[in-house]
Amino acid sequence: MKLLRMKPGHGEIVLAEGDVDVPEQERELIEAFRRELDAGMWAAVPTQTPGGRREAELVKSFDEVPRDAERVIFFPRAAGGAPRATR
Amino acid sequence: MGLALGTAAVVLVVLLWELARPTLKRGLVHAHRLWEARRRASAPSGYDPGRERRAEQRARALLRSCVPEHEWEMYRDLGFLRVWGGCGELGRSEDAAYAYLIYPHKPIVAYVPQTGDLLNEYCVAFPDHTKPYGSVRLPDSDDVLAKWMALTADERRLVGEANMHLPGRQVDPERVHRDLVRLRRWELERDNVRAA
Repeated sequence: MKLLRMKPGHGEIVLAEGDVDVPEQERELIEAFRRELDAGMWAAVPTQTPGGRREAELVKSFDEVPRDAERVIFFPRAAGGAPRATR
Repeated sequence: MGLALGTAAVVLVVLLWELARPTLKRGLVHAHRLWEARRRASAPSGYDPGRERRAEQRARALLRSCVPEHEWEMYRDLGFLRVWGGCGELGRSEDAAYAYLIYPHKPIVAYVPQTGDLLNEYCVAFPDHTKPYGSVRLPDSDDVLAKWMALTADERRLVGEANMHLPGRQVDPERVHRDLVRLRRWELERDNVRAA
């Protein structure tokens, strides 16, 4: 599993990577996950339906992340009011 | 006597200056070099014109790996994404009562697919206040992906966080109508290619 974070001016960066079945690596993943949530990030897991349709799932704790998920993507939480655009 | 003492003092000062001048000169040069080195070390690394472009390329690759192929091609060809609304009776499908258009760094536009009528603009942003590279804005494709993930995963939550406005506040309705025409044409062409 990889924990990725979207960054302005960079694109995504890898925060942590590990096997959830290895306790030591799972602990590191959980710690990194909590750090991001504490920093106010939203976490999304890209998923695929049985029919092959790609979707996403927002998760609020590491327990909600499917064990077989390949990636969790963190991004800044939504804030209302985008800057006024030129028309 | 006074004249002799004065002359001796002047000669003494000149001699001392001549003796000290090379040392003072070396000291000044050394201090100047130290100051230059410190200034260079503390200065920002400088503007990198390729950084934003590389960031956008990474973001596009991530977007492509997350959204369905049809949506990716829509964004690649048209510059926006359409997401079917999921809160109606028909759920998130082509028969949905409403849909959204996602533009990079612009409000999400809700509309009625059957008529093309515009419903609302949802002003939403994902500012990263840590400003890791001097800006709070995600690359365009990351902004689109963040909106897509939030909409498909928890539409109510995203809409609840957004500021809702009537159509036309930030996105030109004429532009949206043109984009809807482009989208219809684009999907027709794809269908024709598939049928052929």
